[in-house]
Amino acid sequence: MLIAAFVVAIGLGLLARRGHTMNLEQWSVGGRGFGTVFVFLLMAGEIYTTFTFLGGSGWAYGKGAPAFYILCYGTLAYCLSYFVLPVIWRYARARRLVSQADFFVAKYDSPALGALVALVNVAALVPYLVLQLRGLGIIVSEVSAGVIPSSSAVWMGSAALVGYVVVSGVRGSAWTAALKDILILGVAIAIGVYLPRHYFGGLGPMFAAIDAARPGFLTLPAAGMSASWFVSTVLLTAVGLYLWPHNFASVYTAKSEAIFRRNAIVLPLYQLVVLFVFFAGFAAVLVVPGLAGADADLSLLRLATHTFGSWTVGVIGAAGLLTALVPGSMLLISAATILAQNVYRAAVPAATERTVSLLARVLVPVVALAAVYFTLRGGQTIVVLLLLGYSLVTQLLPALIACLGPTPWATTAGAAAGICAGEATAVYLTLTSASVSTLVPSAPQVIKDLNVGVIALAVNAAVLVAVSMATRRSALHPTAGRGRMTIPDVTPVSQ
Amino acid sequence: MSPRPRIYRWLAALPAVGMLGGLTFANRVRPFVLGLPFLLFWIVAWVVASSAIMGVIFVLDRADHEEPASPNE
Repeated sequence: MLIAAFVVAIGLGLLARRGHTMNLEQWSVGGRGFGTVFVFLLMAGEIYTTFTFLGGSGWAYGKGAPAFYILCYGTLAYCLSYFVLPVIWRYARARRLVSQADFFVAKYDSPALGALVALVNVAALVPYLVLQLRGLGIIVSEVSAGVIPSSSAVWMGSAALVGYVVVSGVRGSAWTAALKDILILGVAIAIGVYLPRHYFGGLGPMFAAIDAARPGFLTLPAAGMSASWFVSTVLLTAVGLYLWPHNFASVYTAKSEAIFRRNAIVLPLYQLVVLFVFFAGFAAVLVVPGLAGADADLSLLRLATHTFGSWTVGVIGAAGLLTALVPGSMLLISAATILAQNVYRAAVPAATERTVSLLARVLVPVVALAAVYFTLRGGQTIVVLLLLGYSLVTQLLPALIACLGPTPWATTAGAAAGICAGEATAVYLTLTSASVSTLVPSAPQVIKDLNVGVIALAVNAAVLVAVSMATRRSALHPTAGRGRMTIPDVTPVSQ
Repeated sequence: MSPRPRIYRWLAALPAVGMLGGLTFANRVRPFVLGLPFLLFWIVAWVVASSAIMGVIFVLDRADHEEPASPNE
C-alpha cells in the first residue's frame, strides 16, 4: 500500500510535466496559469502537512485544548488573505516575480535586501523540510512495524522528492496535492468519526470520559499555555502563514485575483479536517496512554495499529506519507528557486535565465541532502522544528507591511536592520529556550504567557522604524528617491 | 485601493475579535454542544462563521463593481 502510494505519487508528478516547456517561470510558478482548484490544492496542500497529521493529533494527545490554536490561526490567516494576497499578486504579476525575495527586491529596489530575505527564507525552510522528512520516517517505520527503518525511509522519500521536483516543478506538486487531499480527507474523517464511536460510543461520551479522567485537559490552563499564550500564538502564526516563502510564491501561481477571494471562503471550512485529526488524538488519550514528550507524535499511528488491520493502517500511512511529500516538494522548489534567483543572481547579475533555471534544478538535490543530514542527525521534536521555522520567517513581517503601499515607507537600510535584529533575537530566544516569564519574572501572568516571538517582532519593528527614520533624513536630500520612483523589471524572465 | 471606502469590509475583523476576544468566556468544558466541549465548539463555530462572513464580503464586493485591476497599484 505504501509503495503503491509512492509510485502513484511519483507517476502523477512526472506526468504533470507533459505539454509544458520548463523555464524557471513554468517550473516554480506554473506559468501563472493555475485556476481556483489548483491554487486551492497548492495552498491547502502546504497547510495540511505532516505537522497537522502527526503534530495535530500529537498535540491533542499531549497537550489537550492548546492544540485548538491550529484551527484558529489558519482561519484568521484566510480572512487576512482576502485583502492582502490580491495586492501582492497584482504587483508580482506585473513584474513577473517568481519568489518572495523578488518581491522585496522590487519594492525596495535592492538585490542585496533580496539576498538577505532569501537567506532568511532558506534558513526557515530547512527546519520545515526536516520536519516533513522526520514525519515521513516516523510514518514508514511505524506502519511497517519497524521493518523499514526510519532512516532508509528518509533516504527513499527524499530521492523520490528530488526526482519529481526536478522534472516537473510545481506542476508535479499540484497533481500530487490532488491525490493527497482526496486521501487525507477520507482518512481523517473516517478515523475521526470511527474511533470515538468505536471506543466510547460517540463524541460526547468520549469528551465526557476525558474530562472525568483528566480534569482541565479540555480547557486552556490558567498559567502556561493560557488564553494569553493562545491569543498571541494564534496572531503570530496567522500572520506568519503567508510569510512562508512557499506559501507566498504559491500566490504567484494564480491566474486571477478572484481565486484568492474564493479560497478565503472555502479554506476555513476545508481546514475543519483538522478537527477530525483532533478527535483521533483525543481518542488516543484514553486508549493508548503513556506516550510522553516527542512520542506524542506517534499517538495517531499507535492508535491506528492498535485498532485496525494492516491494510487499513497501510492506507492511513499512505495518506500520512503524502502529507510529507507534497509540502516537502513545495519546500524544495522554494528553497532552490530562491537560492538560484536571489542569491546567485544577486552575486552574478550577468547570469542568463538559462543558467539560473538550470542552477535551481541542480540545487534541489543539494538542499535535499542538507535536510536529510539534519534529519538523520536527530535532536529536535516536530513542534520545536516548526516553531523555529515560524520564528525565523515571521521576522519578515515588518519589512513587508512597510512596503505594501505604492512606495515603501521604510528605507532599505531600515528593513535590513530590522530583519537582522529580529532574526538575531529570534535565534537567541529559541536557542536559549527563553520565555517571557524567564526574561521578566515579575510580570503579571497575562504578560508572562505571551508567545516569546512577540519580543523578537517588537525588536524588529523598533529597529526598522528607528533606522528608517535616521537613514531617510540623510537620504532625502542628495539622492532623494533614487530608484524609488521607477520600479525596474528586476526579473526579466524570458518567455 | 478603491475610490470609496467599503465599511462592510471591516466585517472581516469579526472572526479575530469574536474567536479570540471571547476566549475568557468560552474557556469551559460544559455545556457540551454537538458532543464537543464548549471551548472547541466555540472555535469551530467561529471557523464556520468566518467562512460565511468572507462569503458575504465577497458578494458585496461583487455588487460594488468588479474592481478593475489597477495597473499602477
